[in-house]
Amino acid sequence: MKCDSCNNTATVHLTEIRSGKKIEKHLCEKCAAQTDGLPAKTHTPINELLTNFVLAHSGIPKETTAGCEHCGITWADFRQGGLLGCEHDYNFFDKDLTPLLQRAHEGATHHVGKVPVRKGGTGVPMKKAVDMSKLRKELQRAVEAEDYERAAQLRDLVRQAEGG
Amino acid sequence: MEAKSLKLSDLANGAGEWLRGSGPQSEIVISSRIRLARNVSGFQFLTKCSRTQRASLEQKIRDVVLGAAISPKTLYVDLEKAPENDRLLLVERHLISKPHAQAEGARGVAVSGDETVSIMVNEEDHLRIQVLRSGLQLEEAWEQISKVDDSLESKLDFAFHPRFGYLTACPTNVGTGIRVSVMLHLPALKLTGEIEKVFRAAKDLRLAVRGLYGEGTEATGDFYQISNQTTLGKSEDDIITEFKHLVIPKIIDFEHHARRVLLQDRTVALDDKVHRALGLLRSARMMASEEVLFLLSHLRMGINLGRLKGIDIKTVNELFLLTQPAHLQKLTGRKLEGDQRRAARADYIRQRLGA
Repeated sequence: MKCDSCNNTATVHLTEIRSGKKIEKHLCEKCAAQTDGLPAKTHTPINELLTNFVLAHSGIPKETTAGCEHCGITWADFRQGGLLGCEHDYNFFDKDLTPLLQRAHEGATHHVGKVPVRKGGTGVPMKKAVDMSKLRKELQRAVEAEDYERAAQLRDLVRQAEGG
Repeated sequence: MEAKSLKLSDLANGAGEWLRGSGPQSEIVISSRIRLARNVSGFQFLTKCSRTQRASLEQKIRDVVLGAAISPKTLYVDLEKAPENDRLLLVERHLISKPHAQAEGARGVAVSGDETVSIMVNEEDHLRIQVLRSGLQLEEAWEQISKVDDSLESKLDFAFHPRFGYLTACPTNVGTGIRVSVMLHLPALKLTGEIEKVFRAAKDLRLAVRGLYGEGTEATGDFYQISNQTTLGKSEDDIITEFKHLVIPKIIDFEHHARRVLLQDRTVALDDKVHRALGLLRSARMMASEEVLFLLSHLRMGINLGRLKGIDIKTVNELFLLTQPAHLQKLTGRKLEGDQRRAARADYIRQRLGA
């Protein structure tokens, strides 16, 4: 279908009822943007849609009202803009972010995959930190499942890793 | 614009590696793209960066990127200073995103000589590394991008969290920070009306289907980009394997089947579409870019199904790119508006298709 105003393909279709009369408009995105009373932005980026959807359905009970000490962003700012302010926000909003991440990433809360060899110039091998994080998580699961034999093995591994 | 032994105009006359049309499964798979989102530790994300921080970040990353020798020849474009047409040209070549072209403030892009690697600086994240290759080459693309990532990581401290992985401005990218996208040409599924089934299946697998230019674009000329949405809890290998062995082969089979059905049961209708497209392309005097995409799509299908002789896929692929507005203006060397542009486009197509 062609746009009412130019020769482009119409992608915005509008039906208006004015004093009992039905008026149909078919416009291309460019002409729609120039028409009064129509939202200028017809395409919403998928990230924004997803974030909004997740935020709307996350039902987070208690929000952190304070701002991050590094970048000053509050949870409300993030909810509005969909973007975080700095790397520390992941720790600062940990409790609020976790349910959101679970919804956006098929229930996942832990990174699996590539790990940078070094980080922060401190010489701490990040690989080890990730392994520790995984071990602790497994240990917690074993305790919850009352699999004490496995828990004991994992505890030894954690101790060994910490010691070594 | 700054250039290091390579100019943007060197690129504009031809097509990048990804459009050479000879990669594996190239009759259906146009290109394989992987991008990684990375941020530099110690700098705030871009929403909270001041102008000065943003500028020093751009300088720091630019130095590292140019020092890392990502390819024998690397082009770096300072997008804050680059003219609008150059920025659009980079969008048309899939080397930067639309928002990156239109944004403000210190930002840039590094491009390898063969255009397989591009690194956007100060987009939504500090770095957006991309590898784009022709046909189905996901493993090769991953190997290449991981090496680029390693070499940048040896000079830059990336923001990383043991539990959350690579930290990104938007939590929908956190973890691996990876987006795997495969661009498919699915004209037969569109003609047989079965394309909706692909969309539904992709949705069930939590994959996104987008148009030719990624996020927020409509599917034009029967080109579809399929990409992952989940970045946390799945390794890069998991995602790539799923694409390579599960998702993409199924869609390819489905399109092949639809093409066979068209060939067997609707030969005349198929030939009509293909030759009508060629007829229009060879004789029209004014052409809109959307119409060209649509007609070239049918032409491409006709060549792949052996219904058209004498025109090669490479020419068709190049026409997809070189008839876009910014490329057309670069080729003719002047600013073209409306009807002028449509006339120049039609002229160029007739010339290339030997009319």
